[in-house]
Parts: sequence; structure tokens; C-alpha cells
Amino acid sequence: MAEGARPRTLFDKIWDAHVVERLADGTAILYIDRHLVHEVTSPQAFEGLRLAGRRPRRPDLTFAVADHNVPTSDRSAGIEEPESRLQVQTLEHNVAEFGITYFPLHDARQGIVHVVGPEQGITLPGLTIVCGDSHTSTHGAFGALAFGIGTSEVEHVLATQTLLQKPAKNMLIEVNGRLGFGCTAKDVVLAIIARIGTAGGTGHVIEYAGDVIRSLDMAGRMTICNMSIEAGARAGLIAPDDTTFSWLKGRPHAPRGEAWDRAVAYWRTLPSDAGAQYESRIVLAATDIAPLVTWGTSPEDVVPITGAVPNPEDEATEARRAAKRRMLDYMGLTPGTRMQDIRVDVVFIGSCTNSRIEDLRAAAAVVNGRKVADGVRAMVVPGSGLVKQQAEREGLDRIFKEAGFEWREAGCSMCLGMNPDQLKPGQRCASTSNRNFEGRQGPGGRTHLMSPAMAAAAAVTGRLADVRELVAH
Amino acid sequence: MQPFTTLTGIAAALPIPNIDTDKIIPARFLKTIKRTGLGSALFHAMRYRADGSEDPEFVLNREPWRKAEILIAGPNFGCGSSREHAPWALLDFGIRCIIAPEFADIFYNNCFKNGILPIKLPQSVCDRLAEDAMLGANARLTVDLARQVVVRPDGEEIRFEIDPFRKRCLLEGLDDIALTLAHADAIAAYESRRRAAEPWAVG
Repeated sequence: MAEGARPRTLFDKIWDAHVVERLADGTAILYIDRHLVHEVTSPQAFEGLRLAGRRPRRPDLTFAVADHNVPTSDRSAGIEEPESRLQVQTLEHNVAEFGITYFPLHDARQGIVHVVGPEQGITLPGLTIVCGDSHTSTHGAFGALAFGIGTSEVEHVLATQTLLQKPAKNMLIEVNGRLGFGCTAKDVVLAIIARIGTAGGTGHVIEYAGDVIRSLDMAGRMTICNMSIEAGARAGLIAPDDTTFSWLKGRPHAPRGEAWDRAVAYWRTLPSDAGAQYESRIVLAATDIAPLVTWGTSPEDVVPITGAVPNPEDEATEARRAAKRRMLDYMGLTPGTRMQDIRVDVVFIGSCTNSRIEDLRAAAAVVNGRKVADGVRAMVVPGSGLVKQQAEREGLDRIFKEAGFEWREAGCSMCLGMNPDQLKPGQRCASTSNRNFEGRQGPGGRTHLMSPAMAAAAAVTGRLADVRELVAH
Repeated sequence: MQPFTTLTGIAAALPIPNIDTDKIIPARFLKTIKRTGLGSALFHAMRYRADGSEDPEFVLNREPWRKAEILIAGPNFGCGSSREHAPWALLDFGIRCIIAPEFADIFYNNCFKNGILPIKLPQSVCDRLAEDAMLGANARLTVDLARQVVVRPDGEEIRFEIDPFRKRCLLEGLDDIALTLAHADAIAAYESRRRAAEPWAVG
């Protein structure tokens, strides 16, 4: 930091480096370095461009992949569902017309956009990254300012490579200590959301810090930043460090040779300065975090696996009591039921939150040598074709298949049930995804969010289970 | 974009906290490549029963709120996904203004891009407006964006705050891409600077 300069946060530094121009009222024209595009939120944006006679300004900084709406079963016959097929065909037509890099359905690099971006080295520290998807916050794990945008803004970025933005407020969340046995990044982020609430981060960018965050691998950091949006924050950030750099080195789109050295030297200047100001600061102790599961229909409805379904009547206001009663009614749960007595019908291991190789290894370690419980449908949906290949090289697919799991192709799948992977009404799912909203995984479906290891434990026991009782310490 | 100036209309109260974008429009209705026609899927799970018929208890299925143009909502309205299909569905149904104690960021942004005015007012004020809304057609609300007021049926005016740039874009129905493209030279100059300093970043 230059002498006399105001100490800045990681967010402030990335923001300042991307302001093209400040308009009179404080709105900034913010430059966007990487634009990720998928099939569901882009067709209307490309159509808008065409109608206005415009072309993408920087197709070379735009990358596309189909993930939300693609089948995760055998794809050799193409996409059966006509509307889904049209959406993917429309994307393919648009990327061809405008010269945008695209990872097609039959390419091993295809997968969930937030798994593919980092995997290909498209995601780098210090960049601004947007996508028409709220879980773009994932890329903040690399120290990139990354956030979700709507389709009108997708069109704006295509046409101008910028967005009109006002700066966010800075929030610092420190997680200190050492995580206990059986606790993962997923438990950390669920604990954070339970603490600050689903609107706690509204208007803020959350920077995660503390020894727990530092000690996480990149997959864990991505899980945490991914669910920033579930705390209301559009973006999460983790300062880049040697863990980040060694993960990125040699990725196809990462810089090489001298450019790599220059980039790393720059990236080392990004972490927040000592004395930088945050509008709010939250501290969590790792020792307070147990393996967690959700019980309701909002990601803030979290209890330890050793706990019980809470009683709505304990809430302070009638509005809150009514909301919780409605949730329990939807979830088919009674107050006081032990979480570990809740039986599940489906187990879903996948999504941009938890579908990376590290997640699959954690789940396989629990499943190894066991069988999926009778009456339970369990599926693993790897985050990308490359994750799938890596898992197969390590023999994880055999562990899952021998236990009775379905081993599927990469995509968003049952996280949001746009493709045929949906819950049936009333079905209860142990899920490694990010949202337990009503109907999220299929109309009438009931979702309990948890870590991959905990979902694996649910698969082999047929109920919500404490993973610490299944694996040796 | 259709400008938003003033609106006098029927308001419907939906004072439930954390109405997420999946509740506004479930993902299985996002398989369209158009912006229009999504109104029938709005609030699908709350609005229709399992057999597909309308739930007569749901406010937007009842007269006069079937014609509501203003929604009085609960805190953290629009949380969840970035899908612009949520404001498109509201607009297609006929909603032009949403009043709530708090909105999720991306949804809030998306409203402005579609000629919908989202207004943040304290919970206690929203509660009073929800009581007005319950009175139905005899208690229309007026929203005047230029003066930044909501006018209650008894004539009481409630002031709201709004970002001046967004206000202007709504009032004039401006195309913000055209506004930004007016700064194309500044964008090109910025790219040259970055290319020199961080060639890996902007190519």
C-alpha cells in the first residue's frame, strides 16, 4: 500500500481497478472481464441484441455452456424434451453466430458453469466475473468479484462489456479455530447463514477470513462463496493465496510463463490492507460448528444433526410463528422430532455447491463398502465431465455404483429440477445443493440441505444421520 | 422499456416473508426463449391446486385482486435466483409496482430493467398499505414516481426514496445499453490501459 493511501479491502481494490467512468450520481460503468453464459438466462439477451442491431463487444471474453436444462442420463440420442432441446439449440446457434467459446454437450469440459469456469482457468483472481445466475458468487473463492445478473444485464454486458453499478458495502466474516471431525465447508456456510439470516448480507459483498477459511482447499472455498447469495449477498470473496495459485497454475485459460509470474505478483497485492474498513464484521468460532442440516424451506432454517425439529410457538412474533408453521406443514414435520429420526426417499449429491472431485471423494469415503438403504433413490451428478472422468480414474464411480447409486452425466440436475431429475410431491431429499425452497427440487418436494458426507450418510442409513457415527475418527 | 410515471390501481397484499424466485416462478417454467407469456405461471404453487385448478383462497385468484397492479409484499421479496423470469411473470400478470420492507438485490435490479417500480418502505408502513389493499377496489393506491410518493385512499402521502439514476431511467423508459454505448470511447481507452498492465485479464 502506498504511504498515506486509504487502506482498502479486497473488494475496494477490485472495484477501483474496474471503474471505467464514474457518472454524476455515483453510478459507475464497471468493466467486466469474464462473462459466463448458459442456456436458460441468455436467449432473450441475444434476441435483444439482434433486435437492436448490436453485436457482442468482446466475444473472446464470453464463455458458454449448457447446464441447467440438460439431461444427466444417456445423451447419445440428444435431448428428448422439446423445450429443453430448443433452449440448448438456441444457445448453440447464438454462440456460432457471434463467435463465442462454447463447451458442447458431448465435450468432457461441459458441466455446471460454476464448476467449468474455475476448472478451465477462466476464473482468475482480481477479475470481475458475471453470469445470468445467482451462484456466480462461487468464483469469489479465487478473489474475483463475481456476481449474478438478470437477462437484461446479460444483454448489457454482451453489448458493452460493462455494467452500471453502485459499490456494495463491505462485510467481513471471520471463522476462527479448527473445524471439528465430520465438519466441512458446507457446515461453515450453513452456520453463517443461520447466524446472519437470508437477508443478512443484502447490499454487501462478504469477505470470508480466519484460519478455517485459510485452511480450506479451493473446493471448500467455492462451497462457501457459492452460498453467499443464500445469505443475501450478491458476492463472496476470499483473498487469493498460494492455495489459489497452485490450484490455477497450468489450467487451459490461465496465463503461462512470464505472464503467470506477473499475474501472481499482481494477485499478491489484492488481499485487504491492514486497517481496511468494513461496514460490519461477524466472528464465528469453529468449535461452535457441528454437522448441520436444514429443517425448513429457507437456508437459514438450520439445526445440528443431533438436534430436533424446532417448535414454531417458540418464535417471538405471530408472523414468524405462522411462517414456521407453514414450513413444517410443507415439510411434513412435527416439532420435537429428532432430526436423525427423519427418513429420506432421495439423496442428491451434486450442484454448483458440492459436485467437485473433493466433494465426491468425501461422499465416497462414507459410502465405501456400504449399500444404499432399501427404498432410497440415490444419485451422484458430477459437476463436469472432467470431474466425472477424474472420479472414474480414482474408482469412485465403482464405489457409488456398487452401493446402488446412480452415476450420472454433468449438469445442474435435481438442484433445481428443470430437467427430468425432479422430486415427486411429498418426497424427502437429503441434498448437497443450495436451496431448500418450496418446490425447488420438484413440486411438493421436501429438501434438507447438508454436506456431501452427510448426504452419503443419509443414503446408506435411509434417514438423516450423523456422519461422525459412520466413519472412524 | 415501458416508462413508469404514475399508477393508480388495485393493490394486493401478500405479506409473507422470503417469497423466493422459485415461489414467484418455478424453474420448470423457465424453458422459454421469450420474455412474454409467463403470467400464467406466476406464484404457481400458491395459486393453483394439485389438480391444476385455481385455489380460490389465494389473493390473486379473487376479485378484485385478479386485476391488481400493485403488490404489497413481505421482507426479502425476490430472494434466490437471478432469473429475470420473475419480474417478467409479474409484469405479464399486470403488476407494475411492488412495495416491500426489503428486496433481494438481484430481483430489485431486474425490476428496474422491466419498467417495474420496487418501493422500499418500513414494515409498519407496509402493514398499513396491506390493510388498504384488503379493502379492494374501493381503496386504490396511487404511486407517483416523479414526486416519490404513494398516496393512500384517504389522501395521505407516503414518501419513498429511490436512486436518482434509476428514477430517471424509469420515468423516461430509457435504454441503458444506449446510455452506456455513448461512453464507448472511455471503454476502449480503459481496455487499452488494462491490456498493458494485465494482459492476461482482458486479452
